[in-house]
Amino acid sequence: MEYVLILIAAVFVNNIVLSQFLGICPFLGVSNKVSTSVGMSGAVLFVMTIATLVTYLLHQYVLVPSGLDYLRTITFILVIASLVQMVEIILKKVSPPLYQALGVFLPLITTNCAVLGVAILALGLESGSLLKAVFFAIANSIGFALALIVFASIREQLELADLPKGMKGVPINLLVAGLLSLAFLGFSGLV
Amino acid sequence: MPDKISQKENFLKGIIKDNPVFVMLLGMCPALGVTSSAFNGLGMGVATLFVLLMSNIVVSLIKTQIPSKVRIPAFIIVIAAFVTIVEMVLEAYIPFLYEQLGIFIPLIVVNCLVLGRSEAFASKNNLYSSIIDALGMGIGFTIALTALGATREILGSGSIFDWRFVSEDANTFILFILPPGAFIALAYLTILFNKTTKTS
Repeated sequence: MEYVLILIAAVFVNNIVLSQFLGICPFLGVSNKVSTSVGMSGAVLFVMTIATLVTYLLHQYVLVPSGLDYLRTITFILVIASLVQMVEIILKKVSPPLYQALGVFLPLITTNCAVLGVAILALGLESGSLLKAVFFAIANSIGFALALIVFASIREQLELADLPKGMKGVPINLLVAGLLSLAFLGFSGLV
Repeated sequence: MPDKISQKENFLKGIIKDNPVFVMLLGMCPALGVTSSAFNGLGMGVATLFVLLMSNIVVSLIKTQIPSKVRIPAFIIVIAAFVTIVEMVLEAYIPFLYEQLGIFIPLIVVNCLVLGRSEAFASKNNLYSSIIDALGMGIGFTIALTALGATREILGSGSIFDWRFVSEDANTFILFILPPGAFIALAYLTILFNKTTKTS
C-alpha cells in the first residue's frame, strides 16, 4: 500500500516536472516530437534508477559513516556523470538496438537536474530503505515520462495552430506547460 | 586578443541580447522553482552569480592545464566545489533562505548556465573577459529571477519583498504563487521582454 501511495504521489500529485520544476530543460528542449520524447523518457528511466541505487548506497555506507556528508553534491554529480558514460559504453557493446534508441539522449542526461534532484530527494524519504529509494526513482521517472509525452503530443498539434507573432515559440510552450501544470494541480489532496 | 571597446558589449550581452532566462532558456529549473517571492528570486540569482563568477575565474586560469578530453568533468568538479561552499555558507548564515531554496541549491551544479559559460566562454577567453562575462550573465540571470519573483509575489500575495500593500483579507491571485503560475508568468514576461528589446 505504501508503495502504491509513493507511485501516485510521484506521478500525479508531486509530478517532478510540473509541480517540482526538475528536468525543465529536456521538458522544453526535446519535446517537439512524440517519438523523441519517448526515447528521452526511456533513457531517464534507465539512468535515474541506476543513479539513485548507486548514490543511495554510496551515501549510506561511505559518506555517512566517514562523516563526509558535506561532500554529497560533489560526489553525486561525479557518480552520475561517470555512470552515464559507463551506461553508454555498456549499452553500445551489449545491446546495440537499445543504444540506437537511447544513444543520443544519454549525454544530455548528465545535466538533467531531475536525476541529481531525485537522488538527493530519495535520501530524505521517511523510513527510507534501498528498495524504497529505487522505487521512488522509478515512480518519478514514470511521472517525468507522462509529463513529457503529454506535452510533446500537444506541441505536435500546436505546429498547425495559427498564433499571434509574439506568442510563437517559447511563450506558447510555457503557457501550455502552465495549463498542464494547472491540470495536475487538480490531483493535489489525492494522497 | 579581444579589444577593449567590446568589454562593455560583453557585459551588456548577458543582460539584454543573450539574457540567460528570457532569450537562451538556460537555468529554467531554478527560474521557475524558487521564484514564488521576489526575495527568493534575488537570493537564488546572487547564489548563482557567485558560483558563475568563481567558476569562470578558475576555469579561465586553468584552461591551458586541462586536457580537452576531460574538460567537462574537470569543469563540473570546479563548479561543484563552489556550490558546496555556497550551500554551507547559506546554511550557517541565512538559514531562512536555505530552507526556502531547498533542493535548488545543490542543483546549481547542473544549472546549464554555469557549465555553459565555462565551456563556451571561460575556456576560450582571458581572465578579464571571463570575469566581465560572468558578471553580465549573472546579473542578467538575477534580474530575470527577481522580476519573475516580484511579478508572482505582487499578483499572488499582494506584497513585494514581504511588504504587503493590500489588506490582510484581500483576495489575491493565489494561482501565481502555485506551480502553474510560474509557467504562465514567465510566458508573459518573455513576450514583454522580446517586445521591448526588439523595438529599441
